[in-house]
Amino acid sequence: MSTARDTWHRPPFIANPILRWAVYLGVGVYVLWTIATLPIDWARVAEGLERAQRIFGGAFPPSFARSGLLIDGFLESLKIAILATFGGVLLSIPIAFMAARNISPLPIYYLGRALIIIARSFHPVIVAIIFVKAVGFGPFAGVLTLVVYSIGFVAKMLAERIEEIDFGQVEAMRAAGAPYLSTLFYAIFPQIMPRQIGLTIYQLDSNLRASAVVGIVGAGGIGSTLANAFGRYDYDFALAITMVIVGVILVSEAVSGQIRKRI
Amino acid sequence: MGPAGTGRVRNREIQMLKITELVKRYGSGDPVLKNLNLTIEGESVVSIIGSSGAGKSTLLRCINRLVEPSSGSIVLNGTELTKLRGRELRAARRKIGMVFQGFNLVDRLTVMENVQSGRLGYISTWAAVMRRYPKEDIRRAYELMERVGIAHYADKRADELSGGERQRVGVVRALMQKPEILLADEPTASLDPKTSEQIMGLLRDLAGELKLPVLINIHNVAEAKEYTDRIVGMRYGRIIFDDLPEKLDQDAMDKIYSGSPAADRAGTPGEMREAS
Repeated sequence: MSTARDTWHRPPFIANPILRWAVYLGVGVYVLWTIATLPIDWARVAEGLERAQRIFGGAFPPSFARSGLLIDGFLESLKIAILATFGGVLLSIPIAFMAARNISPLPIYYLGRALIIIARSFHPVIVAIIFVKAVGFGPFAGVLTLVVYSIGFVAKMLAERIEEIDFGQVEAMRAAGAPYLSTLFYAIFPQIMPRQIGLTIYQLDSNLRASAVVGIVGAGGIGSTLANAFGRYDYDFALAITMVIVGVILVSEAVSGQIRKRI
Repeated sequence: MGPAGTGRVRNREIQMLKITELVKRYGSGDPVLKNLNLTIEGESVVSIIGSSGAGKSTLLRCINRLVEPSSGSIVLNGTELTKLRGRELRAARRKIGMVFQGFNLVDRLTVMENVQSGRLGYISTWAAVMRRYPKEDIRRAYELMERVGIAHYADKRADELSGGERQRVGVVRALMQKPEILLADEPTASLDPKTSEQIMGLLRDLAGELKLPVLINIHNVAEAKEYTDRIVGMRYGRIIFDDLPEKLDQDAMDKIYSGSPAADRAGTPGEMREAS
Protein backbone atom coordinates (compact mmCIF):
# COMPACT_ATOMS: atom_id res chain seq x y z
CA MET A 1 0.00 0.00 0.00
CA SER A 2 2.49 2.55 -1.16
CA THR A 3 1.35 6.10 -1.76
CA ALA A 4 2.20 7.84 -5.03
CA ARG A 5 5.01 10.33 -4.58
CA ASP A 6 4.31 13.57 -6.41
CA THR A 7 6.40 16.16 -4.61
CA TRP A 8 10.14 16.67 -4.80
CA HIS A 9 12.45 19.30 -3.39
CA ARG A 10 16.01 19.92 -4.41
CA PRO A 11 18.30 18.81 -1.57
CA PRO A 12 19.46 21.96 0.29
CA PHE A 13 23.06 23.10 -0.17
CA ILE A 14 23.78 22.53 3.53
CA ALA A 15 22.03 19.36 4.64
CA ASN A 16 22.01 20.04 8.39
CA PRO A 17 19.10 22.49 9.06
CA ILE A 18 20.62 23.89 12.27
CA LEU A 19 23.92 24.64 10.57
CA ARG A 20 22.12 26.01 7.54
CA TRP A 21 20.06 28.55 9.51
CA ALA A 22 23.04 29.43 11.66
CA VAL A 23 25.05 30.31 8.55
CA TYR A 24 22.23 32.44 7.09
CA LEU A 25 21.71 34.24 10.41
CA GLY A 26 25.45 34.77 10.90
CA VAL A 27 25.87 36.35 7.45
CA GLY A 28 22.87 38.66 8.01
CA VAL A 29 24.06 39.82 11.43
CA TYR A 30 27.58 40.47 10.14
CA VAL A 31 26.33 42.65 7.27
CA LEU A 32 24.16 44.72 9.65
CA TRP A 33 27.02 45.06 12.11
CA THR A 34 29.37 46.23 9.30
CA ILE A 35 26.96 48.93 8.19
CA ALA A 36 26.43 50.07 11.78
CA THR A 37 30.14 50.33 12.60
CA LEU A 38 31.65 51.76 9.39
CA PRO A 39 32.12 55.52 9.73
CA ILE A 40 30.03 56.95 6.90
CA ASP A 41 30.21 60.70 7.22
CA TRP A 42 27.37 62.21 5.22
CA ALA A 43 28.79 65.70 5.57
CA ARG A 44 31.89 64.65 3.72
CA VAL A 45 29.81 62.98 1.01
CA ALA A 46 28.08 66.34 0.45
CA GLU A 47 31.40 68.16 0.32
CA GLY A 48 32.68 65.59 -2.18
CA LEU A 49 29.69 66.14 -4.40
CA GLU A 50 30.48 69.81 -4.46
CA ARG A 51 34.11 69.14 -5.36
CA ALA A 52 33.07 66.67 -8.07
CA GLN A 53 30.90 69.40 -9.52
CA ARG A 54 33.88 71.72 -9.65
CA ILE A 55 36.04 69.07 -11.37
CA PHE A 56 33.41 68.24 -13.95
CA GLY A 57 32.75 71.94 -14.48
CA GLY A 58 36.43 72.48 -15.21
CA ALA A 59 36.57 69.40 -17.44
CA PHE A 60 34.04 70.60 -19.98
CA PRO A 61 34.70 71.07 -22.76
CA PRO A 62 37.61 68.56 -23.04
CA SER A 63 40.77 70.18 -24.33
CA PHE A 64 42.81 68.59 -27.09
CA ALA A 65 45.15 71.57 -27.21
CA ARG A 66 48.13 69.51 -26.09
CA SER A 67 47.44 66.52 -28.34
CA GLY A 68 51.19 66.07 -28.96
CA LEU A 69 51.64 65.12 -25.30
CA LEU A 70 48.62 62.87 -25.56
CA ILE A 71 49.96 61.00 -28.59
CA ASP A 72 53.43 60.64 -27.07
CA GLY A 73 51.88 59.18 -23.94
CA PHE A 74 49.91 56.68 -25.94
CA LEU A 75 52.84 55.63 -28.08
CA GLU A 76 54.81 55.03 -24.89
CA SER A 77 51.95 52.98 -23.45
CA LEU A 78 51.81 50.91 -26.63
CA LYS A 79 55.57 50.29 -26.48
CA ILE A 80 55.29 49.29 -22.83
CA ALA A 81 52.44 46.91 -23.63
CA ILE A 82 54.18 45.27 -26.60
CA LEU A 83 57.51 44.86 -24.84
CA ALA A 84 55.85 43.53 -21.68
CA THR A 85 53.73 41.09 -23.65
CA PHE A 86 56.74 39.81 -25.55
CA GLY A 87 58.84 39.37 -22.42
CA GLY A 88 55.97 38.09 -20.30
CA VAL A 89 54.86 35.45 -22.79
CA LEU A 90 58.44 34.33 -23.39
CA LEU A 91 58.90 33.77 -19.65
CA SER A 92 55.42 32.31 -19.28
CA ILE A 93 56.10 29.36 -21.56
CA PRO A 94 58.82 27.68 -19.47
CA ILE A 95 56.97 28.55 -16.25
CA ALA A 96 53.78 27.02 -17.65
CA PHE A 97 55.65 23.81 -18.46
CA MET A 98 57.06 23.76 -14.94
CA ALA A 99 53.60 24.28 -13.48
CA ALA A 100 51.84 21.54 -15.46
CA ARG A 101 51.26 18.56 -13.20
CA ASN A 102 51.21 15.99 -15.99
CA ILE A 103 54.69 16.65 -17.33
CA SER A 104 56.68 18.07 -14.40
CA PRO A 105 58.28 16.28 -11.49
CA LEU A 106 56.72 17.34 -8.18
CA PRO A 107 59.41 19.79 -6.90
CA ILE A 108 59.54 21.61 -10.27
CA TYR A 109 55.75 21.70 -10.31
CA TYR A 110 55.62 23.38 -6.91
CA LEU A 111 58.26 25.90 -7.99
CA GLY A 112 56.29 26.73 -11.14
CA ARG A 113 53.04 27.08 -9.20
CA ALA A 114 54.77 29.26 -6.61
CA LEU A 115 56.07 31.62 -9.31
CA ILE A 116 52.57 31.94 -10.75
CA ILE A 117 50.98 32.52 -7.36
CA ILE A 118 53.52 35.23 -6.51
CA ALA A 119 52.96 36.92 -9.90
CA ARG A 120 49.20 36.78 -9.36
CA SER A 121 48.96 37.72 -5.74
CA PHE A 122 49.65 41.44 -6.13
CA HIS A 123 47.64 43.87 -8.16
CA PRO A 124 49.70 45.52 -10.94
CA VAL A 125 49.48 48.85 -9.13
CA ILE A 126 51.26 47.43 -6.08
CA VAL A 127 53.87 45.75 -8.27
CA ALA A 128 54.32 49.06 -10.13
CA ILE A 129 54.91 50.96 -6.88
CA ILE A 130 57.65 48.47 -5.99
CA PHE A 131 59.30 48.67 -9.41
CA VAL A 132 59.10 52.47 -9.47
CA LYS A 133 60.95 52.45 -6.14
CA ALA A 134 63.45 49.94 -7.50
CA VAL A 135 64.28 51.30 -10.96
CA GLY A 136 62.88 54.82 -10.82
CA PHE A 137 60.05 56.60 -12.59
CA GLY A 138 59.38 55.89 -16.24
CA PRO A 139 58.39 53.26 -18.76
CA PHE A 140 60.99 50.68 -17.69
CA ALA A 141 59.17 50.22 -14.38
CA GLY A 142 55.95 49.85 -16.38
CA VAL A 143 57.43 47.13 -18.57
CA LEU A 144 58.70 45.15 -15.58
CA THR A 145 55.32 45.46 -13.86
CA LEU A 146 53.41 44.20 -16.85
CA VAL A 147 55.85 41.35 -17.41
CA VAL A 148 54.95 40.12 -13.94
CA TYR A 149 51.27 40.70 -14.64
CA SER A 150 51.52 38.76 -17.93
CA ILE A 151 53.20 35.80 -16.25
CA GLY A 152 50.45 35.62 -13.67
CA PHE A 153 47.80 35.21 -16.31
CA VAL A 154 49.45 33.61 -19.35
CA ALA A 155 51.52 31.04 -17.44
CA LYS A 156 48.50 30.00 -15.38
CA MET A 157 46.18 29.58 -18.35
CA LEU A 158 48.85 27.87 -20.42
CA ALA A 159 49.69 25.45 -17.61
CA GLU A 160 46.02 24.51 -17.43
CA ARG A 161 45.98 23.92 -21.18
CA ILE A 162 49.07 21.72 -20.93
CA GLU A 163 47.33 19.69 -18.24
CA GLU A 164 44.47 19.05 -20.66
CA ILE A 165 46.54 17.77 -23.57
CA ASP A 166 46.02 14.37 -25.13
CA PHE A 167 48.80 12.50 -23.37
CA GLY A 168 48.74 9.70 -25.94
CA GLN A 169 50.79 11.86 -28.28
CA VAL A 170 53.45 12.32 -25.61
CA GLU A 171 53.42 8.59 -24.99
CA ALA A 172 53.95 7.92 -28.69
CA MET A 173 57.07 10.12 -28.72
CA ARG A 174 58.39 8.48 -25.57
CA ALA A 175 57.78 5.05 -27.06
CA ALA A 176 59.90 6.10 -30.04
CA GLY A 177 62.79 6.97 -27.71
CA ALA A 178 62.53 10.71 -28.31
CA PRO A 179 64.57 12.94 -25.96
CA TYR A 180 62.67 15.24 -23.58
CA LEU A 181 62.89 18.47 -25.58
CA SER A 182 61.98 16.78 -28.86
CA THR A 183 58.92 15.36 -27.12
CA LEU A 184 57.93 18.85 -25.97
CA PHE A 185 58.31 20.28 -29.46
CA TYR A 186 56.49 17.50 -31.28
CA ALA A 187 53.82 16.28 -28.90
CA ILE A 188 52.98 19.29 -26.71
CA PHE A 189 53.65 22.52 -28.62
CA PRO A 190 51.37 21.69 -31.54
CA GLN A 191 48.55 20.97 -29.09
CA ILE A 192 48.88 24.20 -27.11
CA MET A 193 49.77 26.51 -30.02
CA PRO A 194 46.26 27.86 -30.76
CA ARG A 195 45.70 28.67 -27.08
CA GLN A 196 49.15 30.21 -26.87
CA ILE A 197 48.43 32.62 -29.73
CA GLY A 198 44.98 33.51 -28.35
CA LEU A 199 46.42 34.21 -24.89
CA THR A 200 49.18 36.39 -26.32
CA ILE A 201 46.73 38.59 -28.19
CA TYR A 202 44.44 38.81 -25.18
CA GLN A 203 47.39 39.72 -22.98
CA LEU A 204 48.54 42.45 -25.35
CA ASP A 205 45.09 43.99 -25.12
CA SER A 206 45.05 43.56 -21.36
CA ASN A 207 48.55 45.04 -20.97
CA LEU A 208 47.55 48.11 -22.93
CA ARG A 209 44.68 48.68 -20.50
CA ALA A 210 46.84 47.99 -17.45
CA SER A 211 49.64 50.25 -18.74
CA ALA A 212 47.27 53.21 -18.34
CA VAL A 213 46.64 52.26 -14.71
CA VAL A 214 50.24 51.63 -13.67
CA GLY A 215 51.28 54.90 -15.30
CA ILE A 216 49.36 56.71 -12.58
CA VAL A 217 51.86 55.57 -9.94
CA GLY A 218 54.75 56.72 -12.11
CA ALA A 219 55.45 53.77 -14.39
CA GLY A 220 55.31 55.75 -17.61
CA GLY A 221 52.89 55.87 -20.52
CA ILE A 222 49.54 57.59 -20.85
CA GLY A 223 48.78 56.96 -17.17
CA SER A 224 51.62 59.28 -16.21
CA THR A 225 50.29 61.94 -18.57
CA LEU A 226 46.88 61.58 -16.96
CA ALA A 227 48.28 61.78 -13.43
CA ASN A 228 50.23 64.93 -14.35
CA ALA A 229 47.15 66.54 -15.84
CA PHE A 230 45.22 65.89 -12.63
CA GLY A 231 48.09 67.15 -10.53
CA ARG A 232 48.06 70.47 -12.37
CA TYR A 233 44.26 70.79 -12.21
CA ASP A 234 44.06 70.57 -16.02
CA TYR A 235 40.71 68.81 -15.80
CA ASP A 236 39.82 69.54 -19.42
CA PHE A 237 43.00 67.85 -20.62
CA ALA A 238 42.42 64.97 -18.20
CA LEU A 239 38.96 64.42 -19.65
CA ALA A 240 40.39 64.40 -23.16
CA ILE A 241 42.93 61.75 -22.11
CA THR A 242 40.25 59.66 -20.42
CA MET A 243 38.04 59.77 -23.50
CA VAL A 244 40.90 58.70 -25.76
CA ILE A 245 41.83 55.87 -23.35
CA VAL A 246 38.27 54.54 -23.50
CA GLY A 247 38.27 54.80 -27.29
CA VAL A 248 41.62 53.06 -27.74
CA ILE A 249 40.66 50.26 -25.38
CA LEU A 250 37.39 49.70 -27.21
CA VAL A 251 39.25 49.48 -30.51
CA SER A 252 41.97 47.18 -29.16
CA GLU A 253 39.38 44.91 -27.58
CA ALA A 254 37.46 44.66 -30.83
CA VAL A 255 40.61 43.92 -32.82
CA SER A 256 41.89 41.29 -30.40
CA GLY A 257 38.43 39.69 -30.23
CA GLN A 258 38.29 39.45 -34.00
CA ILE A 259 41.75 37.93 -34.26
CA ARG A 260 41.07 35.39 -31.52
CA LYS A 261 37.82 34.40 -33.19
CA ARG A 262 39.68 33.56 -36.39
CA ILE A 263 42.40 31.36 -34.94
CA MET B 1 83.94 -11.12 -41.99
CA GLY B 2 85.23 -11.86 -38.50
CA PRO B 3 83.27 -13.70 -35.83
CA ALA B 4 81.85 -10.43 -34.47
CA GLY B 5 80.24 -9.72 -37.84
CA THR B 6 78.69 -13.16 -38.04
CA GLY B 7 77.35 -12.78 -34.53
CA ARG B 8 75.60 -9.56 -35.40
CA VAL B 9 74.06 -11.10 -38.53
CA ARG B 10 72.76 -14.02 -36.51
CA ASN B 11 71.29 -11.65 -33.93
CA ARG B 12 69.41 -9.79 -36.60
CA GLU B 13 68.11 -13.02 -38.07
CA ILE B 14 66.71 -14.53 -34.92
CA GLN B 15 64.88 -11.84 -32.97
CA MET B 16 63.98 -12.84 -29.48
CA LEU B 17 61.99 -11.37 -26.68
CA LYS B 18 62.15 -13.22 -23.39
CA ILE B 19 59.98 -12.22 -20.46
CA THR B 20 60.66 -13.96 -17.16
CA GLU B 21 58.69 -13.83 -13.90
CA LEU B 22 57.28 -10.40 -14.75
CA VAL B 23 55.24 -8.78 -11.98
CA LYS B 24 53.44 -5.45 -12.18
CA ARG B 25 51.61 -4.07 -9.21
CA TYR B 26 49.88 -0.69 -9.14
CA GLY B 27 49.97 0.72 -5.61
CA SER B 28 49.50 -1.88 -2.91
CA GLY B 29 46.72 -3.83 -4.61
CA ASP B 30 46.70 -7.25 -6.21
CA PRO B 31 49.27 -7.46 -9.00
CA VAL B 32 48.04 -6.87 -12.54
CA LEU B 33 50.72 -9.19 -13.90
CA LYS B 34 51.54 -12.26 -11.82
CA ASN B 35 54.90 -13.93 -12.47
CA LEU B 36 54.35 -13.91 -16.18
CA ASN B 37 56.63 -15.82 -18.55
CA LEU B 38 56.57 -15.41 -22.31
CA THR B 39 59.09 -15.97 -25.07
CA ILE B 40 58.71 -14.76 -28.61
CA GLU B 41 61.17 -15.98 -31.19
CA GLY B 42 61.68 -15.22 -34.82
CA GLU B 43 59.39 -13.21 -37.02
CA SER B 44 56.09 -14.58 -35.78
CA VAL B 45 52.91 -12.59 -35.31
CA VAL B 46 51.60 -13.24 -31.83
CA SER B 47 48.25 -12.05 -30.55
CA ILE B 48 47.34 -11.60 -26.92
CA ILE B 49 43.67 -12.02 -26.10
CA GLY B 50 41.78 -11.71 -22.84
CA SER B 51 38.98 -9.69 -21.30
CA SER B 52 39.46 -6.08 -20.24
CA GLY B 53 41.62 -5.84 -17.15
CA ALA B 54 43.44 -9.09 -17.87
CA GLY B 55 46.72 -7.15 -18.08
CA LYS B 56 47.30 -7.24 -21.85
CA SER B 57 47.95 -3.54 -22.17
CA THR B 58 50.12 -3.46 -19.04
CA LEU B 59 52.20 -6.32 -20.41
CA LEU B 60 52.84 -4.49 -23.69
CA ARG B 61 53.65 -1.24 -21.92
CA CYS B 62 56.08 -2.99 -19.58
CA ILE B 63 58.09 -4.08 -22.61
CA ASN B 64 58.84 -0.52 -23.74
CA ARG B 65 58.68 0.78 -20.16
CA LEU B 66 55.79 3.15 -20.64
CA VAL B 67 54.79 1.24 -17.50
CA GLU B 68 57.46 0.38 -14.91
CA PRO B 69 57.55 -3.35 -14.14
CA SER B 70 57.60 -4.13 -10.40
CA SER B 71 59.93 -7.11 -10.80
CA GLY B 72 61.05 -9.71 -13.27
CA SER B 73 63.08 -9.53 -16.43
CA ILE B 74 62.47 -8.59 -20.05
CA VAL B 75 65.29 -9.30 -22.48
CA LEU B 76 65.16 -8.15 -26.09
CA ASN B 77 67.94 -9.50 -28.30
CA GLY B 78 70.36 -9.70 -25.41
CA THR B 79 69.47 -6.38 -23.74
CA GLU B 80 67.86 -6.44 -20.31
CA LEU B 81 65.21 -3.74 -20.59
CA THR B 82 63.95 -3.49 -17.01
CA LYS B 83 67.10 -1.86 -15.57
CA LEU B 84 67.68 0.79 -18.25
CA ARG B 85 67.55 4.49 -17.47
CA GLY B 86 67.85 7.78 -19.36
CA ARG B 87 69.82 7.65 -22.58
CA GLU B 88 70.08 3.84 -22.55
CA LEU B 89 66.35 3.49 -22.09
CA ARG B 90 65.67 5.83 -25.00
CA ALA B 91 68.13 3.89 -27.17
CA ALA B 92 66.30 0.66 -26.31
CA ARG B 93 62.90 2.22 -27.00
CA ARG B 94 64.00 3.17 -30.50
CA LYS B 95 64.26 -0.55 -31.23
CA ILE B 96 60.68 -1.18 -30.09
CA GLY B 97 57.96 0.14 -32.36
CA MET B 98 54.50 0.72 -30.95
CA VAL B 99 51.12 1.12 -32.58
CA PHE B 100 48.32 2.52 -30.41
CA GLN B 101 44.58 2.01 -30.19
CA GLY B 102 43.86 5.75 -30.42
CA PHE B 103 46.59 6.19 -33.09
CA ASN B 104 48.23 8.90 -30.94
CA LEU B 105 49.14 11.01 -33.94
CA VAL B 106 49.92 14.69 -33.48
CA ASP B 107 46.77 16.07 -35.06
CA ARG B 108 48.09 19.48 -35.98
CA LEU B 109 51.23 18.23 -37.71
CA THR B 110 51.43 16.88 -41.25
CA VAL B 111 51.56 13.20 -42.04
CA MET B 112 55.25 13.51 -42.93
CA GLU B 113 56.04 15.17 -39.60
CA ASN B 114 54.13 12.45 -37.79
CA VAL B 115 55.99 9.76 -39.68
CA GLN B 116 59.34 11.44 -38.99
CA SER B 117 58.52 11.63 -35.30
CA GLY B 118 59.40 7.93 -35.28
CA ARG B 119 62.98 9.08 -35.89
CA LEU B 120 63.09 11.59 -33.02
CA GLY B 121 65.26 9.21 -31.01
CA TYR B 122 67.87 9.27 -33.77
CA ILE B 123 68.09 12.97 -34.70
CA SER B 124 68.97 16.04 -32.63
CA THR B 125 66.23 18.21 -31.13
CA TRP B 126 67.47 21.11 -33.24
CA ALA B 127 67.17 19.14 -36.49
CA ALA B 128 63.72 17.97 -35.38
CA VAL B 129 62.52 21.50 -34.60
CA MET B 130 63.89 22.88 -37.87
CA ARG B 131 62.40 19.91 -39.75
CA ARG B 132 65.83 19.10 -41.19
CA TYR B 133 65.27 15.40 -41.63
CA PRO B 134 68.10 13.29 -43.10
CA LYS B 135 67.61 12.47 -46.80
CA GLU B 136 67.74 8.80 -46.02
CA ASP B 137 64.86 9.14 -43.53
CA ILE B 138 62.75 11.03 -46.02
CA ARG B 139 63.38 8.37 -48.65
CA ARG B 140 62.48 5.62 -46.22
CA ALA B 141 59.33 7.52 -45.17
CA TYR B 142 58.14 7.79 -48.77
CA GLU B 143 58.88 4.12 -49.38
CA LEU B 144 56.94 2.98 -46.35
CA MET B 145 54.06 5.39 -47.00
CA GLU B 146 53.96 4.12 -50.58
CA ARG B 147 53.88 0.56 -49.25
CA VAL B 148 50.83 1.20 -47.03
CA GLY B 149 49.15 3.52 -49.53
CA ILE B 150 49.34 6.94 -47.83
CA ALA B 151 52.19 8.62 -49.75
CA HIS B 152 49.82 11.09 -51.40
CA TYR B 153 48.82 12.35 -47.93
CA ALA B 154 52.37 13.38 -46.93
CA ASP B 155 51.50 17.10 -46.75
CA LYS B 156 48.04 16.71 -45.22
CA ARG B 157 47.41 17.39 -41.57
CA ALA B 158 46.97 14.17 -39.60
CA ASP B 159 43.49 15.12 -38.39
CA GLU B 160 42.22 15.31 -41.97
CA LEU B 161 42.63 11.56 -42.43
CA SER B 162 40.13 8.75 -41.80
CA GLY B 163 40.64 6.22 -39.01
CA GLY B 164 42.17 3.57 -41.22
CA GLU B 165 44.51 6.05 -42.85
CA ARG B 166 45.50 7.40 -39.46
CA GLN B 167 46.41 3.96 -38.23
CA ARG B 168 48.52 3.46 -41.36
CA VAL B 169 50.40 6.60 -40.39
CA GLY B 170 50.79 5.11 -36.91
CA VAL B 171 52.21 1.91 -38.38
CA VAL B 172 54.64 3.77 -40.64
CA ARG B 173 55.77 5.94 -37.72
CA ALA B 174 56.57 2.81 -35.72
CA LEU B 175 58.40 1.22 -38.66
CA MET B 176 60.48 4.38 -39.18
CA GLN B 177 62.24 3.47 -35.93
CA LYS B 178 63.69 0.40 -37.69
CA PRO B 179 62.37 -1.59 -34.77
CA GLU B 180 63.48 -5.06 -33.74
CA ILE B 181 59.98 -5.80 -32.51
CA LEU B 182 56.60 -4.20 -33.11
CA LEU B 183 54.02 -3.86 -30.33
CA ALA B 184 50.42 -3.12 -31.23
CA ASP B 185 48.03 -2.20 -28.43
CA GLU B 186 44.55 -2.96 -29.78
CA PRO B 187 45.42 -1.39 -33.13
CA THR B 188 42.00 -2.04 -34.62
CA ALA B 189 39.68 -1.35 -31.68
CA SER B 190 38.85 2.17 -32.95
CA LEU B 191 38.21 1.04 -36.52
CA ASP B 192 35.24 -0.34 -38.41
CA PRO B 193 35.28 -4.10 -39.21
CA LYS B 194 36.47 -3.77 -42.79
CA THR B 195 39.27 -1.29 -42.05
CA SER B 196 40.18 -3.40 -39.05
CA GLU B 197 40.75 -6.44 -41.28
CA GLN B 198 42.89 -4.34 -43.62
CA ILE B 199 45.12 -3.14 -40.80
CA MET B 200 45.51 -6.67 -39.41
CA GLY B 201 46.40 -7.94 -42.88
CA LEU B 202 48.91 -5.12 -43.25
CA LEU B 203 50.56 -5.89 -39.91
CA ARG B 204 50.83 -9.58 -40.85
CA ASP B 205 52.30 -8.82 -44.29
CA LEU B 206 54.76 -6.24 -42.96
CA ALA B 207 55.94 -8.67 -40.30
CA GLY B 208 56.82 -11.10 -43.07
CA GLU B 209 58.40 -8.51 -45.35
CA LEU B 210 60.52 -6.88 -42.65
CA LYS B 211 61.19 -10.11 -40.73
CA LEU B 212 59.82 -8.51 -37.62
CA PRO B 213 58.17 -10.15 -34.64
CA VAL B 214 54.84 -8.48 -33.90
CA LEU B 215 52.95 -8.63 -30.63
CA ILE B 216 49.30 -7.59 -30.90
CA ASN B 217 46.77 -7.05 -28.14
CA ILE B 218 43.38 -7.69 -29.59
CA HIS B 219 39.76 -8.09 -28.55
CA ASN B 220 38.54 -9.60 -31.80
CA VAL B 221 39.20 -13.33 -31.48
CA ALA B 222 38.21 -14.08 -35.08
CA GLU B 223 40.84 -11.65 -36.34
CA ALA B 224 43.40 -13.07 -33.93
CA LYS B 225 42.76 -16.53 -35.35
CA GLU B 226 42.91 -15.40 -38.94
CA TYR B 227 45.88 -13.07 -38.93
CA THR B 228 48.29 -14.35 -36.31
CA ASP B 229 50.56 -17.37 -35.96
CA ARG B 230 50.18 -17.85 -32.25
CA ILE B 231 47.61 -16.89 -29.64
CA VAL B 232 48.36 -16.08 -26.02
CA GLY B 233 45.32 -16.01 -23.73
CA MET B 234 45.55 -13.94 -20.56
CA ARG B 235 43.34 -13.88 -17.54
CA TYR B 236 43.90 -11.83 -14.37
CA GLY B 237 47.58 -11.27 -15.05
CA ARG B 238 48.44 -14.81 -16.01
CA ILE B 239 48.91 -16.60 -19.29
CA ILE B 240 46.45 -19.47 -19.35
CA PHE B 241 46.63 -20.33 -23.03
CA ASP B 242 49.57 -20.25 -25.44
CA ASP B 243 49.25 -22.21 -28.64
CA LEU B 244 48.47 -22.24 -32.34
CA PRO B 245 45.27 -20.45 -33.37
CA GLU B 246 43.57 -23.69 -34.41
CA LYS B 247 44.01 -25.06 -30.88
CA LEU B 248 41.87 -22.27 -29.44
CA ASP B 249 38.63 -24.23 -28.94
CA GLN B 250 35.47 -23.41 -27.04
CA ASP B 251 36.87 -24.85 -23.83
CA ALA B 252 39.94 -22.59 -23.99
CA MET B 253 37.75 -19.60 -24.86
CA ASP B 254 35.60 -20.25 -21.80
CA LYS B 255 38.65 -20.33 -19.60
CA ILE B 256 39.96 -17.07 -21.01
CA TYR B 257 36.72 -15.12 -21.05
CA SER B 258 34.47 -16.63 -18.35
CA GLY B 259 35.05 -19.11 -15.50
CA SER B 260 35.17 -18.20 -11.85
CA PRO B 261 36.72 -14.75 -11.57
CA ALA B 262 35.97 -14.20 -7.88
CA ALA B 263 37.75 -17.36 -6.83
CA ASP B 264 40.71 -16.53 -9.02
CA ARG B 265 40.98 -12.99 -7.79
CA ALA B 266 40.94 -14.16 -4.21
CA GLY B 267 43.87 -16.35 -5.09
CA THR B 268 42.22 -19.62 -4.05
CA PRO B 269 43.77 -22.67 -5.67
CA GLY B 270 41.68 -23.88 -8.56
CA GLU B 271 41.46 -24.58 -12.19
CA MET B 272 43.01 -21.27 -13.21
CA ARG B 273 46.12 -21.74 -11.19
CA GLU B 274 46.66 -25.21 -12.63
CA ALA B 275 46.21 -23.81 -16.09
CA SER B 276 48.83 -21.16 -15.56
